[in-house]
Amino acid sequence: MALLEIKDLTVHFATEDGLVKAVDGVSYTVDRGQTLGIVGESGSGKSVSSMTVMGLTRAPNAHISGEILFDGQDLLQASDDELRKVRGDDVAMIFQDPLSSLHPFYKVGKQIAEAVRTHRDTSKAQAWDRAVEMLGLVGIPEPRRRADAYPHEFSGGMRQRAMIAMALANDPKLLIADEPTTALDVTVQAQILELIDRLQDEFDTAVVVITHDLGVVAETADDIAVMYAGRIVEKASADMIFHGPEHPYTWGLLRSIPRLDTPRDEELVPIAGRPPSLITLPGGCSFHPRCPYVRDAHRRTEPGLVPTDADPQHLVACLLDQGTRRRLWGQLEAGETPKEARALAMEDGEVELDTDVAEAGTEPGAAAARAMDTAQTAKEEEAG
Amino acid sequence: MAIFIIRRLLWSVVLLVFVTFLTFLIFVVLPSADPALLRAGRNPTPEIIASIRKTLGLDQPWYVQYFKYLRNLVLHFDFGYSYQNFLSVKETIFPRMPATISLALGGAVVWLLIGIPVGILSAVKRGTFIERFAMGAALVGISAPVYWLGLVSIYLFSTDIGKFPIFDATGNYANPWDDFGRWLSSLILPWIVLAVSFAAIYARFMRSNLIEVLDEDYIRTARAKGLVERRVILRHGVRSAITPIVTIFGLDLGILLGGAILTETVFNIPGIGRTAFDAIQKSDLPVVQGTVLIGATAIVLFNLIVDVLYGFIDPRVRY
Repeated sequence: MALLEIKDLTVHFATEDGLVKAVDGVSYTVDRGQTLGIVGESGSGKSVSSMTVMGLTRAPNAHISGEILFDGQDLLQASDDELRKVRGDDVAMIFQDPLSSLHPFYKVGKQIAEAVRTHRDTSKAQAWDRAVEMLGLVGIPEPRRRADAYPHEFSGGMRQRAMIAMALANDPKLLIADEPTTALDVTVQAQILELIDRLQDEFDTAVVVITHDLGVVAETADDIAVMYAGRIVEKASADMIFHGPEHPYTWGLLRSIPRLDTPRDEELVPIAGRPPSLITLPGGCSFHPRCPYVRDAHRRTEPGLVPTDADPQHLVACLLDQGTRRRLWGQLEAGETPKEARALAMEDGEVELDTDVAEAGTEPGAAAARAMDTAQTAKEEEAG
Repeated sequence: MAIFIIRRLLWSVVLLVFVTFLTFLIFVVLPSADPALLRAGRNPTPEIIASIRKTLGLDQPWYVQYFKYLRNLVLHFDFGYSYQNFLSVKETIFPRMPATISLALGGAVVWLLIGIPVGILSAVKRGTFIERFAMGAALVGISAPVYWLGLVSIYLFSTDIGKFPIFDATGNYANPWDDFGRWLSSLILPWIVLAVSFAAIYARFMRSNLIEVLDEDYIRTARAKGLVERRVILRHGVRSAITPIVTIFGLDLGILLGGAILTETVFNIPGIGRTAFDAIQKSDLPVVQGTVLIGATAIVLFNLIVDVLYGFIDPRVRY
């Protein structure tokens, strides 16, 4: 049995502007000791989906449905108090900004000891010893002395280490790391990732790493789920995501990060446009306004998340047929731009794609979206 | 820390000297009445007035007067003598301090006990009837002037003219070591009246602080640790949200210890504020100087206490 099994999770928030569909039918599983990377832009629902596991999105205006099975128990059905007992004990979480995530007025050791004493019936001295032990374990020198310090006396990397120490103090079965390295210096990022990886082996913890940066999960994740607009658009082993990605959004993400195994002069290609509003999602495939390979039918039909022919573990939600996807990725991998890849793929005659909507602007909706985009950019430039 | 305190104390002395100078200057430039004339009684002859002027030292240039005042103050801790009755200012003012201190401290206890819990409750029960009711009441409390509220409360509850005579509220003040019961019953109404607007301000301030703090990342961390909500709110939320309250509390208390003029006047409590009020009406400069000096000292001192205290409350602050 999987440690964590999420089935058809939806999290909608009723706001003054309308219903925000932050997570819209997401399913995934995490096995014991496994690492799952959830990748996506801001607003893709990656954080909300895992905060929901912890029950941190419970609010009067939140509508949550589906199933979150943790060790066989449905956390969505659990009472607040049952959920509280799971939080910080079986499931722990670390956050993006370690400075603002630690209480400024309490000593680091005390904050870790508090986490221990919340779930274990130990004396203050024992909890303090555990805090010191954990600080040592996460590589903080002179842990007994540093436990007595305040968060502002720590460096950024040390603060995140302290957060990790706090999260792992109760030996959780699952650790959720929400953008664990985003607020850190590049040099420290790798250390923190290595630390999580090492401790995962030691504690045999399952880890869910949430990030916008594929580079972060490249080394550590077993599986990767790519999220877009509240849904998973592609899910496969990390190896597959990096070497045989099937979804145009994943291609975009891959082409927008620098890689060591490609020529250094290779240009990075940003994904055009911006993530859609979660209140008024585009019809059909929600990626279609930004997809360079869109066909007219894609604006009306919603793609389902289905396995590819080659690999039943490789799920993708794209309406292009598999042959076309292979050809397009082949061109992109060879260093062609998306536009060139389109043209080359169409030359074969087998592939039919729309005339370049990004240039012709035939579709009123797309044109309007682009106009808004331009206005937005102009506004931002003005403000900047 | 010690160096910080010593430096601040030295600056305080400079500041207080400046305050006396300013008070003196205002009196010379904008005299409300001629103290000699007020002292002389009915139908005085010019000779009498001249002799009174000489006795009070008013015939000398103002800077000589000020210099003499300052010399006596600094060298002998002598606050001078009242223009009206020649009583020592020190002996006029100091016996009145217990009344003012009783009023201020008692009022502070009342407003803290009401304002802080109401603020916390309103922040936690955000969007509910409780919050709307509490904040509506706070608005009324802030809007009600102390003198009006004082008169209404006397009209309703005081034993002499009240409709429901419960408290000996007016002119019955006694020092607690002389008659504790009388001290208590004479101060209950003034405490409540004084505390109403402060409690309202503190409740609103506490509420908005706590709402802001509860949005912080470290509150999310506290919840993620699995703490019970009560501990999240009190140990993690209120601990941060109350810090700015300490600042305004120190200042408010300092100001009130210089004399709650309106409350003391309405309830006829013989405190510093009442003394200042009378002295100003009679152009009694030495007494006014004395009350101003006491008030300024209280404010300066409490400012320093707040700053020192901050170093203990917020570990990020170091001197």
